Order: sequence, then structure tokens, then C-alpha cells
Amino acid sequence: MIELTDTTSSAIAAEFLRARRRAGSPAMGMVMTLVFVVDDEDAEDAMQAARNASREHPARVLGVILGDGRGSPRVDARVGIGSGWTGETAMIHLKGEATKHPESVVVPLLLPDSPVVVWWPTRAPDDPAEDPLGRLARRRITDTAAVPRNRAKAMLTQCRAYAPGNTDLAWTRITSWRALLAAALDQQPGKVLSASVTGQRVSPSVDLLVAWLTARLKIDVTRKVSDGPGITAVHLETRNGPISVVRDDGKVATFTVPGQPDRPVALKRRELDELLAEELRHLDPDEVYAEAVKTVCRLEDGGSSTRAGSRRSKGAS
Amino acid sequence: MTQDQVARANPLRQPQDRRLPKIAGPCSLVIFGVTGDLARKKLMPAVYDLANRGLLPPGFALVGFARRDWADQDFAQVVHDAVREHARTQFREEVWQQLAEGFRFVPGDFNDDEAFELLRRTVEELDEARGTGGNHAFYLSIPPRFFNDVVGQLKEHGLADPEDDRSWRRVVVEKPFGSDLRTAQELNATISEVFAPESVFRIDHYLGKETVQNILAMRFSNTLFEPLWNANYVDHVQITMAEDIGIGGRAGYYDGIGAARDVIQNHLLQLMALIAMEEPTSFDARHLRIEKRKVLEAVRLPRRLDLSTARGQYTEGWAGGVKVPGYKQEQDIPQTSHTETYAAITLGIESRRWAGVPFYIRAGKRLGRRVTEVAVVFKAAPHLPFSETATEELTQNALVIRVQPDEGITMRFGSKVPGTAMEIRDVSMDFAYGGSFTESSPEAYERLILDVLLGEEPLFPRHEEVELSWKILDPIVRYWAEHGRPDTYPAGTWGPPSADRMLARDGRAWRRP
Repeated sequence: MIELTDTTSSAIAAEFLRARRRAGSPAMGMVMTLVFVVDDEDAEDAMQAARNASREHPARVLGVILGDGRGSPRVDARVGIGSGWTGETAMIHLKGEATKHPESVVVPLLLPDSPVVVWWPTRAPDDPAEDPLGRLARRRITDTAAVPRNRAKAMLTQCRAYAPGNTDLAWTRITSWRALLAAALDQQPGKVLSASVTGQRVSPSVDLLVAWLTARLKIDVTRKVSDGPGITAVHLETRNGPISVVRDDGKVATFTVPGQPDRPVALKRRELDELLAEELRHLDPDEVYAEAVKTVCRLEDGGSSTRAGSRRSKGAS
Repeated sequence: MTQDQVARANPLRQPQDRRLPKIAGPCSLVIFGVTGDLARKKLMPAVYDLANRGLLPPGFALVGFARRDWADQDFAQVVHDAVREHARTQFREEVWQQLAEGFRFVPGDFNDDEAFELLRRTVEELDEARGTGGNHAFYLSIPPRFFNDVVGQLKEHGLADPEDDRSWRRVVVEKPFGSDLRTAQELNATISEVFAPESVFRIDHYLGKETVQNILAMRFSNTLFEPLWNANYVDHVQITMAEDIGIGGRAGYYDGIGAARDVIQNHLLQLMALIAMEEPTSFDARHLRIEKRKVLEAVRLPRRLDLSTARGQYTEGWAGGVKVPGYKQEQDIPQTSHTETYAAITLGIESRRWAGVPFYIRAGKRLGRRVTEVAVVFKAAPHLPFSETATEELTQNALVIRVQPDEGITMRFGSKVPGTAMEIRDVSMDFAYGGSFTESSPEAYERLILDVLLGEEPLFPRHEEVELSWKILDPIVRYWAEHGRPDTYPAGTWGPPSADRMLARDGRAWRRP
């Protein structure tokens, strides 16, 4: 790691090059630039997660830390290249007026001709697609479950601001639930008559799971409250009998389908780096997520889930 | 019901929802030979890793079969130790607990009727208690000479036939798939008598699915390479599989088999087929098979096998700073052994694309370093507008597909030497695949097992390809058997001088990989 104080983008870019030369000029096999925007206190955790995720997706990782907006503009950076994987990292601290123009620092550092992903590990702009940094990206990742205050509102804000390319880690967190429920219906392809999702009172993941089931099954889905952690149960009432996945401890779930014995199944809450790695696997707009957020908005506005208008034409994004 | 119909019937599955992993339906995996190295080091850890990643169906069961006086708990302990030592992902008690509930052990010999009766009852009990639904995969992690017994027993005790249209029985076998055309056909007859072709999974763990897909993606998703991929531009192709180790404790298997039959017949001919084949209509297993088969059918051996092949046996020497014994000094190797530990062959492919382009294939043990790669060497430029001294260090352009270790692609081309004089030399440009899905990495086994449980037709050969490969190799091995003994090469070097002469005759030389 090399410290650059009171620096510029071109000095950071030059340091990337020097660092590679120092390491014996290894090839640049990087496939994307991953930018994250975060406060000082969460920067290390975010960098660690980004670094782990970029083992699967070699990337130039730029951590942008927006410091105190007062005082004279200043850019400090800590630059390093991966040891043990083919990535590069820079932690860039902005102060003073520079905090208002982070894109001016990031643009010269984007890898040529390859996708850009922007990730807000905690607080995100109200409209990520219109954010100066968000505009640079093909994929914009928010995490409404990690917002310090008022998560329910944050969730709704992000849903209303949805633009193709946006996605939220609260959505990523429910992939394993969705997979298990889809697998259950693979085995029991009977029509689902009613459904309920139980989870913490404020949980963006619960909202998204309710919305997804509502949109896909075209029925009303009941939302029930428990103490968590996260989602604790999903019940589907089908023509063939009840299907349920119940997880009280955040680790192991009990899986019930008609005509078969109840079975335990590991259903762990995943770590940040695993979530991020999943996000980076597909960089095109997530149409399934789009449908879910649209449904969240509609349910919030008092729409019935069985209303015909719920169907979203494919490829509209 | 086809996959498509399932997708339509299940509102929670959408083609554009690529996040959802496929989770296998309820099933069990029955491993024969659980006490073996492979089972402990690869299979059991892979099963745990799959469970940890949430890809195994709820109620998945693992049944061990071996000649041990174990109870289920003893077996669980063995699996536990194996997982603790070799699993890739973190050990989590809750995953282990739910997985271990599905462990069963059946003690017995392969010719023991009672044991197979017990196996049948065990499987039925699992259908009852764990809801495995009559779906069972049998993994034969045992020497091929026992296949006959085991497969016969499975049939006899009604274990090989699915109960109804919705359930399945599958069998997984590892190489070697015979030791020549005749034995391969016999082996296939044994298995196909009991299992349908699509229920037989032949596993080649050296050539993992990821590698196969990487090669296909490289060849068929780019415009850059395809125009050059033919006899107009390609001078020759070198396929190398080098190991730095000796035969270790595998004398019983290796002696009498040798390098050609051990790896060229399966891994290297498969690699060659992937490199040389035409574009398949689609990437499903059937279309791939058609194209690979066409290439293998077009392979011709040179007339003079004495000039176009080479073989060797390693002698005592220094490898990597360690003094190592020669092949004949290895444990249990007879002094009269003529088994080759190094084999090099020349093949031609009679097609418009490849006519006149030799494919040089070599494999060996105790060579310079461990590497598997395919080098496509291009023709030299027909005219170089430089002085002769300027291009002395320029050789031919090459594209190297590295399979292991460090899977990736290297391109070699000419570039000017920095400085004032006009001089050109070779430089290499390197690309490394990010993940670590190569060779026998644990991920590769996870994918294999998952494909078996999902019933995804593997990209691995069916018996037609196996038999075609033997047809290519049999004449060479026979020629060798009738003509003296292998040459020798000191351990830690790149094979016998005869192999170098073999290429020198064509005015070429082996790459140092």
C-alpha cells in the first residue's frame, strides 16, 4: 500500500502502473471497475468485502470516502495492487469542495471499455441512477437493510427510484429463499392458493419477498411479523397441501412439502462478500428485481396484488 | 415432463431469473469404495461444500458401501474427518448436523447378496424417512475390475431400475474406461446392459466442465481467433500434459498401462477434439458430441510409427532439488517393465480445416514441471520486411491455452526490442481466469456431483467417443509392444531425445511449457 497525500487522479493512475511494474508487471486480467462510496468508519469492511468479491471478478476497486465538506479541497489516496489475486485497490479520501465532485476523481481511473459498478454499502442517494457517480455505472448496488435510520422509507425510496441497472442487497439476500421455494414448486407443481411471509417488522428483504411472491403467484400475500432474525418463515397453501420453509435461528430451516417428511435444510444468512460476488455475476438489468420493486410500490399505494395491471411486459427495462 | 414444461408449470421460475441456482430434486448418493482416497479427499468434502452452499436438496442422503465393520455413526465420523480436513468452505455445525442425519452405511463385499439386499432396504428406508423419492445415484469409486460385480448386483437387487417415470437411477464411473478398444467395449457392455446411456456419467476430473466451457467460449464467442483457426495459418498444434511427480503408490494400476493409455486416450484426445472441432449447432451435450465425434473420426495416424511417435521411461535423477528414484526403482515395479512413463505421438486430422497440420501430443511423469496446455503455433509471416539480423529472436506466433495450473491464455507475438536499433523479439501476453475452477479443484467435483444429481448431461464422453479414442491409440500401443523397449530420460527433464528428434524431423521443436 502506498500513501498519496494531497494527490490527483493522474498520480493515482500512475501509482497503479508503478505498483504493477514493481510486482514484476503481471498481466491486467481485470474485468470491471468497482466503485464504492462510504463513510470513513465503514470503509475498511467495505474494502474487505469488495476485495473478497473481486477474487471471482478481478476488478479495480475504488473506495471513495466523502469526508468533511468544509475547508479547502483535498484528495488523499492509499493505492495497492492485489497480492494473491489480479486486482487493484485505491481508497480515496475526499475533503472540502472535492466531496461535491467525486466523479471528477473517479472518471480518469475507470478501466477502459469495461463495465463500471457503483456500490453504496450504507447510505445511498435517493436516486442512484441520477447520482453523478451512479450515472457512470452500468450497475448500481444499494443496501437498504444497512441504512442507519428509517429503513422502511429507504426501501420505498429506492423502489420508487428504480431504474434499469439498480439493485439492492436486500434482494440478493433472499436468493436462497427464492431458490428453495422454487425448488419446492418444482416438486409440487400445484397451484398456490394463498401465501404468507413472516419476518422482522422492518425488513426490506421481507418486503421484496412478499412482492416477488405476489407478482409471480398473482395472489395476495400476507405479511406477518416476528422477532427475526430477518425472514423467519414462508408458507404456501397449494392445491396439493401446505409447503413451508421455517427458519427461526437464521441458520437452519425446516422444509415441508406435501407427502414427504419434514427435513432440515441449511439456510444461512450470507456474508457481505458473498452477496457482492453474486451481484457482480450479472451486470445487465435484473428484470425480476424490477418486477418486485414495482410490486412493492403498488402494494404501498394500496393496490391489490391480483390486479391485472401487475403484469410487467418483458424487456420493458 | 421436460425442463421447459417444468419452467412453465412453476410460476416462481423465469428464464431471466438467473440468480436462482438449480437445486437438485430429492435424492441420495451411494458411494462404492468410500474408504478410498478419492472419496475422502474429494467426494465427501464436495458433498459438504454443496450442502453449505445450499445446493443440495433438503433430505439429501449419502450412503457409503465398503468392506468395513462400521455402523452409521462410524461412517459419519469418517466423513466428518474428511470434511474437516479437505472441505473448501467453512465448517458449520448446523449444516453438518442436517447433512449427517442422512448418512447411512452398508458393510459388505461386492459379491455379497445380503449386503446388496441391505442396500436396497436402506434406500427404501431413505425414500421413507428422508423423502429421497426413489432417486439414487451410484458412484463407483472402485477399480474397474469390480464394475461387473457391482453393476450386476445393482440389477439383480432391483436397484438399477427407476420405480416410475418420475424417479431416476444413475451411475457414475471414473476413468480408466478400459485399457484398449476391446476392454472398453466389454466395460460398456457391462454397464449399458443395466443403465441407459443417458444415465451413465463418465467423469473426467482432469478436464473439468469449467475448462471445457472456457475453451468453447474462447473459440466460439470471438471473431479474433476463428479466421486463423485452420491450416492456412496454423503450422502445428502441441498438446502437453506434464506431471512432475512419479507414479507414487500407483504401481499396481500404472505398470502395464503407461502414459499413453493413462492420459492421452482420455484427457488429451478430448482436449484435441475441443480445439479442432467445428462449431456445434448449440452447446448442449448432444451437439457437442456430434462435433467431437466428427473430429475423432477424421484422425489419421502417420504411416511410419517409428518416426512419428516416441516413448520413454524415467531414470533416477534430480527433480526440483530432490533426488528421485527411476521408474524401475519405484516400489513394486518389475525390472523387466516396458511401461512407458512418457509418450509422444503425432496425429493428423483429415478435414479441410486441418489437412497438413500435425497435432503433436505428449504426456509424461517426472518431467520438468507440472503443466497441461495446448499450444497453437502459427506459421511464420511469409515475408519479413526487416533485415535478417533484426528478426533473429523472432519465432512463430503462438496462442497457448493453459489448462492447469493457473488456467488462462497466453499469446506470443513479435515486438520491437526497446532501443534504437530495429530488433524484434518474442513477447508473451497473459490472461488468467479469475476463479479457481481448474483441474481437480474441489469446485470441479462439486459441479460434477451437482450435474449428476440434476441429471444434466455431462460434457464428458459417451462410449462412442471412448471407443473412437481407443481406435486411434490401439495401433500405436500395439506397435510399441512389438518393438523393443522405451528409451530413457532422467527424472526432471523434458523426456527422451527421441521425442525431440521426432519433431526435429519435421523441422519443429517442442515448446518448453
